[in-house]
Amino acid sequence: MKGLLLKRRKTGPRDLTVPIQLFSYMVLLAGAIVMVLPFLWMASTACKPPVELNKLPVRFLPDNPVCRQNLDTLYNTSPHFNRYLLNSAIVTIGRTLGQLVTCSLAAYGFARFRFPGHNLIFALCLALLMVPFQAILIPEYMLIRKLGWLNSFKALIVPGMFSAFALFLLRQAFLQIPLEIEEAAIIDGANPLRVLWHVTLPLSVPALAAFAVITVQAAWNDFLYPLVVSSTPNTRVVTIGIALLQGERHTPYNLLMMGSFLATVPMLILFLAMQRYFIAGIAMGGVKR
Amino acid sequence: MSTLRPTTTHWRVWLARPLEWLGPTPLSRRKALWGLALIAPNTLGLFFFFGIPVLMAFSTSLQEWNAIRPARFIGLDNFERLIQDDRFAQALTNTFKLIGLAVPLEVGLALGVAVLLNLPLRGRNLLRTAYFLPVVTSTVAASVVWTSIFQPRYGILSQILKPLGLGDTNWLVDPGLVLIPVAVVTIWQRLGFDMVIFLAGLQAIPAELYEAARIDGAGRWGRFRHVTLPMLSPTTFLVVVLAIINGFQIFDQVYVMTLRTVPGGVGGSATTLAYYLYRRAFTNSEFGYASAIALVLFTLILLVTVFQLAIQRYWVYYEAESQS
Repeated sequence: MKGLLLKRRKTGPRDLTVPIQLFSYMVLLAGAIVMVLPFLWMASTACKPPVELNKLPVRFLPDNPVCRQNLDTLYNTSPHFNRYLLNSAIVTIGRTLGQLVTCSLAAYGFARFRFPGHNLIFALCLALLMVPFQAILIPEYMLIRKLGWLNSFKALIVPGMFSAFALFLLRQAFLQIPLEIEEAAIIDGANPLRVLWHVTLPLSVPALAAFAVITVQAAWNDFLYPLVVSSTPNTRVVTIGIALLQGERHTPYNLLMMGSFLATVPMLILFLAMQRYFIAGIAMGGVKR
Repeated sequence: MSTLRPTTTHWRVWLARPLEWLGPTPLSRRKALWGLALIAPNTLGLFFFFGIPVLMAFSTSLQEWNAIRPARFIGLDNFERLIQDDRFAQALTNTFKLIGLAVPLEVGLALGVAVLLNLPLRGRNLLRTAYFLPVVTSTVAASVVWTSIFQPRYGILSQILKPLGLGDTNWLVDPGLVLIPVAVVTIWQRLGFDMVIFLAGLQAIPAELYEAARIDGAGRWGRFRHVTLPMLSPTTFLVVVLAIINGFQIFDQVYVMTLRTVPGGVGGSATTLAYYLYRRAFTNSEFGYASAIALVLFTLILLVTVFQLAIQRYWVYYEAESQS
């Protein structure tokens, strides 16, 4: 009996009875189909010729796929669509790099240094986490307008370069690094910036990656804020571009799906490549901003 | 003043004295300065772009501010107007309806999926990926796709429901139905997010508890009922709170899904608080009135957050006790 208890039970598929496995697979597969179906529908509709859009019964796959042709038509309907994709990329990269710099500096400052007002400032930053963006949408817009930043990349990037969420996340990560490792570098005469760059950041790569993918995803998919501060093609991001297509009632669904497809694919690739970090980031934060 | 100090004061000491509040020793002062310098960019940026707007949000809600006349202070008039505004009441009701529709389904489904995906099944990583894919998609693209799925007659859903005589249902136009597609997109996009938090919660449950329950003769259901569910209740609470907060902020779905028919839904039937505030501010240029709506939205979310923080303290005790 004692030996039995001490033996660590190894759990594996054999541990589950056949009916339970069968039931689980059936439920999970049915759910997974519902989750994935919209993506397949998007891809399939993006390649349908216009006549097949309104054919009954509904075609799950196009009879005569015309992907290339629809892509060309999309660029005829929305000539700046590539520009929108580029703008989204610029905004995403700008915000993410900005947050990486400002938030890792600040996180390091809060994690390793004592100064007057330390706790108060940190608490105020955390309090900002409780403010939903929509609550400050109007004053934010007024501020941007007063700065003369409407329809500029500054408006789209600069406010997104600061984050209380990333500060919190990175500070947690830095606090987990043993102080002794950093002290070795300090004794060698390195200043805080060098310690951060050569010791702390390299040791926090998983946390940085988790934070970066979440920030990239949020920036790429941002909609309400760009909707309010930018209204010209020069600074229009892709989510707005799609909404504009949707707003024109005569835009056929194949073009809409092609546009959505182009906007979705970069994030899907990023996710599949960095899935581990996405999941870690969400499990760490438990909050999405 | 310490008597050990030299009588003639070097100019450096005068320079150092204003910095004394930073710390008692030169080293601590240096460290404090480094700390302040490190936090400065992010703190100042946060203050300027988020702190100031938070403060402004209160003052604008007390002003009449539109495209015609310059802003003027009108006290609580905006809030008085809110109480009598039927469309505000409708937006509030719609938001609560959406939360009531989406949150229980989203959390319940996510819990079920997480429990099953926590079983040692082959291929579960692939399945987890499938459930998580919608989370990384933009709500705008997702709403476009679901608009097409929900379109009458030529959408997939109409095809499936045709045998039931529902093939021509106009989900996005019928005022009684339009919240359903909006809720569906929300659930579809949030399920994977909730699932990940549940999985983290499930994996944090100590295996010994299951072992003990097994020895006590608990079956699979008994272990779920008496170990998993109670141990998971803090996680469930967190997921519910986050889902409610997200529900209060639903905007993109409404904006995109009703754009092809009647923006905001026929007779405002799909208008949520966030959407209503956006329309008031950026279509009608009533910035002051919209700020009052924003303040209501903020208060509602704050109430949920404060409730969560208060309860969370209780949960932490609960966990600590059960682990000792």
